[in-house]
Amino acid sequence: MHAMKILVVDDERDIQTLFEQRFRREIRENLVNFVFAFSGEEALNYLNGHEHEAVLILSDINMPGMSGLELLAHIKQKYMKPPPVVMMITAYGDAENFNTAKQLGADDFLTKPVDFSLLKEKLKIII
Amino acid sequence: MQSGAWPEWQQNIKYGLIAIAALFALDIIFDWNFITWAWYISLLVVFYIIYRIEDFVRLRSLMYAFLPLILLEVLQEATHLGNWKWLNDLENGLENAKAFAIIWLVAMIVIITRQNKALKKVELKTLHEEHLKQIAETKKAELEVLVAERTAELTKQKEELQQIVVELKATQAQLIQSEKMASLGELTAGIAHEIQNPLNFVNNFSEVNAELIGEMEQEIEKGNYEEVKAIAQDIKDNEAKINHHGKRADAIVKGMLQHSRLGSGMKEPTDINALADEYLRLAYHGLRAKDKSFNANMKTDFDVHIGNVNVVPQDIGRVILNLITNAFYAVNEKKSHHPENYDPTIFVSTKKLNDWLEIKVADNGPGIPKKVMDKIFQPFFTTKPTGEGTGLGLSMSYDIVTKGHGGQLLVKTKEGEFAEFIIKLPV
Repeated sequence: MHAMKILVVDDERDIQTLFEQRFRREIRENLVNFVFAFSGEEALNYLNGHEHEAVLILSDINMPGMSGLELLAHIKQKYMKPPPVVMMITAYGDAENFNTAKQLGADDFLTKPVDFSLLKEKLKIII
Repeated sequence: MQSGAWPEWQQNIKYGLIAIAALFALDIIFDWNFITWAWYISLLVVFYIIYRIEDFVRLRSLMYAFLPLILLEVLQEATHLGNWKWLNDLENGLENAKAFAIIWLVAMIVIITRQNKALKKVELKTLHEEHLKQIAETKKAELEVLVAERTAELTKQKEELQQIVVELKATQAQLIQSEKMASLGELTAGIAHEIQNPLNFVNNFSEVNAELIGEMEQEIEKGNYEEVKAIAQDIKDNEAKINHHGKRADAIVKGMLQHSRLGSGMKEPTDINALADEYLRLAYHGLRAKDKSFNANMKTDFDVHIGNVNVVPQDIGRVILNLITNAFYAVNEKKSHHPENYDPTIFVSTKKLNDWLEIKVADNGPGIPKKVMDKIFQPFFTTKPTGEGTGLGLSMSYDIVTKGHGGQLLVKTKEGEFAEFIIKLPV
């Protein structure tokens, strides 16, 4: 079975260690494969170079420079055909960001702090 | 002779006048020789009195006018005492001398009259002067009353003004505190975000560690010690991360407390780069929390060689925060007016130049118009709408940098292109 490629976008670098450890078993069992980008721009660069590789994008909203919402708009409206699944993660679980992200075509939402067991449940459904 | 003069002589003069008048009358009526003599002698006595008594000094000149005539009369009368030829000759001579005496008398009277007139003039003048002097004194007294009133008024006003100064100082202190609290308010959301992130990491990593310990136990039972070692190393690394993020949250809370602290803090060796970075993040997240659509690029260029610098950290932090908040506000303004092809960017950098440390905060916003350039450091000057800015941010920043740290706060700008604030601190 091919490992599902997930692109995680967050300006906090320790998010990489956290995901790699949280999904330790899944990574070892080759169920998932994580790629990390630390800004919206970096994420777009990756996607442009590796089209159709990532099936799921987990993005923070609150980032300096290109925000998660701008990244979402790019992915859903301009670049990807068919676009990958995009899950938005935000520290502000407020209606405004939620609605904007929904309008822009976000597929799902997670609030910080990320509930990893909930995330794993959601991933199982997608896989 | 004025009535009322010489009061103690009044009575004597009266009797004297009666006596002289009586003698004169007797002399006319009886023509007795001895009465004539008594008359002469009494006249001479009067003269003597006038001559000797100081009180009659003004009458002396009149006396000198009559004296030759009287003396000649007396001498002439004396010539009648004998009947010699030389006496007759003498009498004729005296008769001639009497003519001169009369001329003398008239001349004297004229002179005395003139003198009296002159004297009277002088007296009138003196009187007039005294009158003027009195008026002046009355005026002076009135003025003194006025001056006293005005002085009292001024003293009262001075006291009132001093009271106002005290009140103004209290208000100023309150304003400074409310400016601090206002900027703290701007920071609150940023602080919440900044604390939430490290706390998430602390929670997540400790949960991961609990899982890892479970896995490690399984691997120990399997005897797979290579894997056990790897897991142990991960646990160790995670502990370091938990510690790192715990300290990060701790520093933010301490910074927040310092930011709201009253009074002037002490100078202490401070990592300026960390301070600038911290406030950049806090300002960014604070604005993001207020305005969801807000975003900007943040570029930093920190000189790693600056080391620790002796400053009051919460004060310099406040200056940096203020400059960064202004920069964000500026690029946001520009973006709201010219959204197309505009990439809002904030640039924060530090640099060590010999004895100076430079902290630059620049933005590619609308710049500062020339007409307000010399006002931007004035208290209460703000270009923000009423209620949005206190107008104290830059003036407080200026005071902190110049008065508090002996540095300089410089500004470079080009309208429509950029604004750059430079904090120069002596090292």
